[in-house]
Amino acid sequence: MCGYARDPARRLALRPRAPRATSQRVLRRVLIANRGEIARRVIRACRDLGVETVAVYSEADAGAPFVREADAAFPIGPSPARDSYLNAPALLVALKESGADAVHPGYGFLSENAAFADAVRDAGAIFVGPPASAIRAMGDKAAARRLMREAGVPVTPGTGLLGDADAAVAAAETLGYPVMVKASAGGGGIGMVPCEDEAQLRRGFASAVGRAQASFGNGAVYLERLVHGARHVEIQIAADAHGAVVHLFERECSVQRRHQKVIEEAPAPNLAPAVRDAMGDAALRAARAIGYRNVGTLEFLLAPSGEFYFMEMNTRLQVEHPVTEWTTGVDLVQLQLRLAAGEPLGLAQADLAQTGHAIELRLYAEDPARGFLPSPGEVTRLVWPSGADVRVDAGIEQGSKVTPFYDPLLAKLIVRGETREAAIGRGREALRTLSVEGVKTNAPLLARVLADPAFFRGEVSIHYLSRLLEQKQG
Amino acid sequence: MATSVEAQITGSVWKIEKAAGDEVREGDVIMILESMKMEIPVEAPVSGRLSEIRVAEGQSIDEGAVLAVIG
Repeated sequence: MCGYARDPARRLALRPRAPRATSQRVLRRVLIANRGEIARRVIRACRDLGVETVAVYSEADAGAPFVREADAAFPIGPSPARDSYLNAPALLVALKESGADAVHPGYGFLSENAAFADAVRDAGAIFVGPPASAIRAMGDKAAARRLMREAGVPVTPGTGLLGDADAAVAAAETLGYPVMVKASAGGGGIGMVPCEDEAQLRRGFASAVGRAQASFGNGAVYLERLVHGARHVEIQIAADAHGAVVHLFERECSVQRRHQKVIEEAPAPNLAPAVRDAMGDAALRAARAIGYRNVGTLEFLLAPSGEFYFMEMNTRLQVEHPVTEWTTGVDLVQLQLRLAAGEPLGLAQADLAQTGHAIELRLYAEDPARGFLPSPGEVTRLVWPSGADVRVDAGIEQGSKVTPFYDPLLAKLIVRGETREAAIGRGREALRTLSVEGVKTNAPLLARVLADPAFFRGEVSIHYLSRLLEQKQG
Repeated sequence: MATSVEAQITGSVWKIEKAAGDEVREGDVIMILESMKMEIPVEAPVSGRLSEIRVAEGQSIDEGAVLAVIG
């Protein structure tokens, strides 16, 4: 399947009415180096802008909706991600053969791989994301902390890279327990080990080094002090190639299980306006310090005191971007494409405001009754909720096969309301309508959270979900 | 009496921690499976001698497949 369905005469220049600087390029055809719901999301944004789309797919995804919906599709290899979606040479061949002039990496896979961004640009195409230098600056977590500290962005008290467990123990005495061992090349919680005392630290150090080595080929680790009762609050930023940077406010992402986000919302509940402003300012400083372009996210730990600390920057689109879209009215994927083409931001900070409340519920193929074991299978029946205030960003349809090769995210249900309470109500209704058969999902957990009085009061921290799961259901 | 160790999920074999002939105790991790980017340890259901490992690292497996035999 390689033909282009669309009439070439219908190819539109990207937003032709904007004044065009000499550095601007026209996007005609975008290759999406990803799969599932995010590939479909990028296809929608491209359609809205009159840009053609090229899907790439593994053997396991040959029948997936995103492959059918793109204007063209190229097979890139066997099902395991390392042979397909992480296979940069195969993607570069598809880029050349498809005649695409840009690559959108989505999230995960090669989205934060600086060498891939360089290779795309070396091939003469646009990488829809930041400069490779910004990806590199933020990819090394220990170096990123140093950079942020220099830029005046608060970071959790911590250490530089540590040579051995003895050095870690000595450093922890100064920092004070509890501490977290973290992999410098880490992400997604891999290689992170919380330690309450020296014995745990000695064991945790060895385990973190081993995991980091196995997962990233880099066993470098450092320590951070653990902040008790902290929330995960992140700031969305956007920057153009002409020096303009704005933030699009925060997302509350504390409801997590094993470092995997489950529910996100905007605005963050119970956030003092002064703290929101300070976090936004810090995010802008961070973006300027590394010459950031395109959209990105600064993740912060927010302590109960209102103090906040830089955790990491995601130099790509976030899974949870829809809650920002629904509270600011900005289409972040269209914005990514426009910025990548060299267009000016066209947004001033004063133009931006948060309106209403949006919540994202991540639907995972996991079986809550069996300790959240992955649940691959065939989706035999599927009913999505619908309505003006419900958005479903899904990678699957009825009849889809959910394979064991990729992450378990099936869909994101995004709901909105004028108030947080109204949005929670819509979320409950959406879950009542939702029906998925053939694979087990975490929908019962999502419903449990939306019915929980502490969640309703906005009393969340990064430990909220593990504590809820320890409680007897009743 | 021999005890079969079965896969709880569909996925692949990520890492084999024990070899045929090893003595294992109940709860020891024999191998680690991978599915949907999650690692799922397979523990020995009983103590005894691992008489057989029936899979290889990287191999795809279906839920219910016999991975190893104890005794």
